[in-house]
Formats: sequence, structure tokens, C-alpha cells
Amino acid sequence: MSTMTSTPVRQHVPLSQRPPGSSFRRFKDLLATVVLTMAMILAMIPLVLIIFEVTRRGIGVVDLDFFTQTEPPPRREGGGYAAGFFGTLYIMALAISMSIPFGIATAVYIVEYGPNRMTSTIRFFTDVMTGIPSIFVGLFVYGLLVIGWGGLGFGTFVGAVAIAVMMLPIVTRSAEEMLRLVPDEMRNAGYGLGARKWQVIVHTVLPAAAPGLTTGSMLAIARGIGETAPLMMTAFGSGLIVTGFQGDPQGSVPLQLFKGAAQPFEAGIDRAWGAALCLFALVLIFTVVARWVGSKASTAD
Amino acid sequence: MSTQAPEAPAPEEPRRGSLTSAKGRMADPIFKWAVTACGTIVLVILALMVIRTTSEAWPVFAKEGFFGFLTGQEWRSGDSRTEITGTYGAWPFIYGTLVTSAIAIVMALPLAIMVAFYITHLAPRRLAKPLSYTVELLAAVPSVIFGLWGLHWFLPNVLRPFFEVLENLLGWFFLFEGPIRGVGYMAAGIVLAIMILPIMTAIIREVIAVHPIEQRMAAYALGSTRWEVMRNIVLPAGFSGIVAAAMLGLGRALGETIAVLMLIGGSQSWSTSLFGTGSSMASHIAATFGEATPEARTGLMAIGVALFLVTMIINILARVIVRRLGRMTGDAAV
Repeated sequence: MSTMTSTPVRQHVPLSQRPPGSSFRRFKDLLATVVLTMAMILAMIPLVLIIFEVTRRGIGVVDLDFFTQTEPPPRREGGGYAAGFFGTLYIMALAISMSIPFGIATAVYIVEYGPNRMTSTIRFFTDVMTGIPSIFVGLFVYGLLVIGWGGLGFGTFVGAVAIAVMMLPIVTRSAEEMLRLVPDEMRNAGYGLGARKWQVIVHTVLPAAAPGLTTGSMLAIARGIGETAPLMMTAFGSGLIVTGFQGDPQGSVPLQLFKGAAQPFEAGIDRAWGAALCLFALVLIFTVVARWVGSKASTAD
Repeated sequence: MSTQAPEAPAPEEPRRGSLTSAKGRMADPIFKWAVTACGTIVLVILALMVIRTTSEAWPVFAKEGFFGFLTGQEWRSGDSRTEITGTYGAWPFIYGTLVTSAIAIVMALPLAIMVAFYITHLAPRRLAKPLSYTVELLAAVPSVIFGLWGLHWFLPNVLRPFFEVLENLLGWFFLFEGPIRGVGYMAAGIVLAIMILPIMTAIIREVIAVHPIEQRMAAYALGSTRWEVMRNIVLPAGFSGIVAAAMLGLGRALGETIAVLMLIGGSQSWSTSLFGTGSSMASHIAATFGEATPEARTGLMAIGVALFLVTMIINILARVIVRRLGRMTGDAAV
């Protein structure tokens, strides 16, 4: 390979008129193009297959009852994931209210008060935190709140804490990128009008970055909705609608889906496909809308 | 700005935040203090993670010894409330984690490199962005859906026939020995490969996208073909980024739980055949946590700590490499 590129070119002849060696090079180029294109197609196939199969198997299951009724024993048909949907909504509402304010505040600290040693440390560990296994987050919240210092038992709140821990680094990292995109002229204009730093941040920087912040938050929500493993140790799962804030095991769609998929009866598996369709649709809508808002925001600059 | 307010003579309200009022002077430090406190939450959470889980798992490490715990072959949990009575050897699960992750990396890394190169160098300019979005959309699919799809569609329709062919051809080799149960290391590894493809593609794509265009143009000017530019100019320059991407992908693969749990088979032993069933560290925790006794949960916590250590080391190394390559954008999403 390297001998080929280091061969000195003697005269200026167009590639198409070179001796056979060059046609071999062009053949390799063509071959590489074909192989890379095939790799690209291969990489798209799983997504297409998943979307197709989840839609095909799920579409017949999802109806109004699916959202309003709780699940019968797995052998029986009918019923739905009302408990899961309620639980997911409850847990997500709590998790969002915990993770998004803290995440954006952290990003504000990193961008507006940095860079210094503290902000770069936080930034680094936020990055690292995105790679922490979700199951470990579950164990951590179990150790900390369920049996540990809190001793709170399973429930909605501890589940939400686990999901919030999963979402926090995603919110922070994306919010940080978005705040960096706000031009310094806007900040300086604010200072020029006599505004204090907090006023500049709250009234100028955050509104200017709002679409981007929305994008990051929505991506984090999309991630949080589908989390299963951390909830196994914290919310624990429930087949009934649980309105308690803390103390009783709470259900969620992914947990219920997992249970349904892992048992042998056809009716339960069908409902799992239905739940998968709902979950997938939700996640896709959040992701696509988030990207759309984000691309609008970045082209507006 | 509101000093002109005609019917608001109360000086406090309109002048809040002005340079002279005491309240206004305090606002900035308070705000700074508040966001700093929020910022340190990340560090507090990480510290709590290490302290809480390690102290929770300590009795198991104390009884088995750290390396005894990692290499022990037998996992038999006791049900005592006060002491550790069972035997805790995590090797079968560590083996399962290593094997499934290795399969995933071996399959996903070349594909990720090729896809990244296609998107940055070959795709029509208009298609490049939609294509990379589509691949990254795969990262948004919840793990449990991968599990459901893998178990009830991909495994019976694609993987099982593929395994049978593989076993017929290479059954004499210990890695591909039968019997084929369907679920097993191989099935979990292949689905893992699909799951870690997006993050690896995203990072490799960004690494090779920042490659200076002058170098490529110089190579084209010397008469290089596109393949030669990719192979001899961009690939060597992006090598460390590819290493980082592989490590981040590995970190994800090691910690992935639900999809692996549904596809690995869930036995507590280990076998050398890739078609054999087993458990990974994460899947074993998730599978047995619900019905576990308090003592067994201590043991599971110990597995969690070991898993955390490994993924942390890998992640920190990968992030250090990525940091060296310059500021990355967008990888927070995947």
C-alpha cells in the first residue's frame, strides 16, 4: 500500500490513461466504495427491521383499552398497560423536575462561571457519568435510598431519582453545548445596559439558548422513558395503578414490557409488542422533534 | 428599566437588582452560589455512588477477597441476615460479560468505521446528515425493545438459521460447538453489536470530520484515489479517535442489561462455546435481584461494584483520549 503512494509520478498523464497499475488502483477505489456503501446499508437494516416488526406486531394490540385498563394474568387476552403508563408518567414527571433544572444550572455554572479547575472537573465527570451502566445506577439508588440512609423502600420517588441520575449528564452536556453557542455580544449588550450577571444569564442567555435547551431536555426524556434496569431496583414494578409518592412499588411501561416479553403466554407477549410500539413511538417522537427543534435553532444563528 | 413605572412608587420592587440596593448586591453572589451548588451535585452523586455501593458490598469482598470474588467459580447465595454464609464467585458472569462484549466489539467496530467513512467521505452531501441521524436514531431505541425484538423476531428468524450454518461449518472448533439453544453468548453479543454501533459511529464520524481538509486536498493533488486518501491519510490520523470510540462502545456493551438478560439464556455456569448460555454481570444482577435475599443482594452489589470499576476505568481512559482530540459536540446525545 505505502509503496504504491510513494511511487514517484514521472510524467503528467491523466489517471484514465495510466498503465495497468492505475486501473488496479481505480478498481480498489471502486471496491472500497461498494463495500462502504454496503456497510452503510447494513447499518440501516436493524432500525428498519425493528420499526417494521414493532409496528406490525403492536398495531393490532393498541387501542383505547390498552391505555385505560390494567393487565390481566398473562394467559388472558385484552386489558392493557394502564398501570405502566401511569407509573411512567408519574416517574418521568418527577425525574424531569429533578434532572432538568439541575442539569441546566450545572451547564450555566460550567459555561458562565468557567473555565476553571472546578468546571473542567465537573465537565469531565459529567462525560464519564453518561457511560455508567444503568443497572449500577439502580443498585446505587437502592443502596442509598431504598435500604440505606434513606430507608425509604421501593416506590415512585426512588424510581424517579434513579431516572434523574441517568438523565442528568445528558441534560448537562447538551445544555452546555447550547449555552456556548450564545454569542458573547449578547452578554456584553446586557452588561452594557447595566444588567447584573444573573440578569444577563436569566433574561438573555437562557432565552437565547431555549430551543437548544429544549432539544437536550427532550433527548434526555427520550432516554429516560425507556430505562428499565434502574427501575427494577427502585420502582420495582406493579401491575396496579399506584398513586402513592413513596413506599409502594410503582410500575412502568418498560418494566411491564420486560415481564410480558419474558413469560411464555402468547397474550402477554402480544401486549408486550403493543407496549413496545407505544414506547418506541414516544421515544422516536421525542428524538425526532428534539432534533428538528435543534436544527431549526442552529440554522437560525 | 422600570424606574418610569408611574403607579409603583414602592422603591423596592422596581429597583430590585439595581446597583445600589442591598438586595440587588446580594443577588449575584446568591445566584453564583446556587449554580455552583447544582454543579457540584454531579461530583456528590459520583462520590455517593462509590461510597454507598462499596460499603454495602464490603462484607462480600471481605469474605471472598477481591480477587477471590472475581475468579471464584461458584455462586451460591445464603440467606443470613447478619453475616455472609454463601459462596460468591463472580467468574461465570465476568466471563459472560467479556465474551458478549468482545463479540459486540469485533462485529460493530469495523462496521462503525466503514459507516463513518461512508457518511463523511462518500455520501452525497445532502444525504450525509439524514444518514447519520438515522444511524444515531438506533441509539434512541430502548434496550427493552431490542430485547423483545431480539428474542421474538431476530433470534428465531435470522440468528438461529445463521447459527445452524455456522455450527455445520465450524462445529469442530470449540467456539462453535453445539448444541444450539438459540439464546446464548452469541445472540446477546450480536444484538449488543447493533446497540453499540450508533455511539461508535458518532464518535468516529466526528473524529474524522475534524481531519484538516488541506491534507486530504494535498493527497488528492498527488493523484490519490478516494480510497487511498481514506486508507492512508484519514484513517491513521483518526486512529486514537477510533480507539476511544471502541472503548466507549465497550463501556456500553459491558454495562448493557436488559437486552442481554433477555438473550443470554440466564444460566449460572459458563461454557467455552459461543452458543452456550450464561449470564453477564449486569444480566445476573437484574435477573436475580427481585427474588434475592438481603444477603444475596449484598453479593449482587459486589458484582455491581466490580462492573462499575471496569466501566469507569474504560470510560475515563476513552474520555481522556477524546479530550485530547479536541472539543467534541453531539456525542452527549448517544
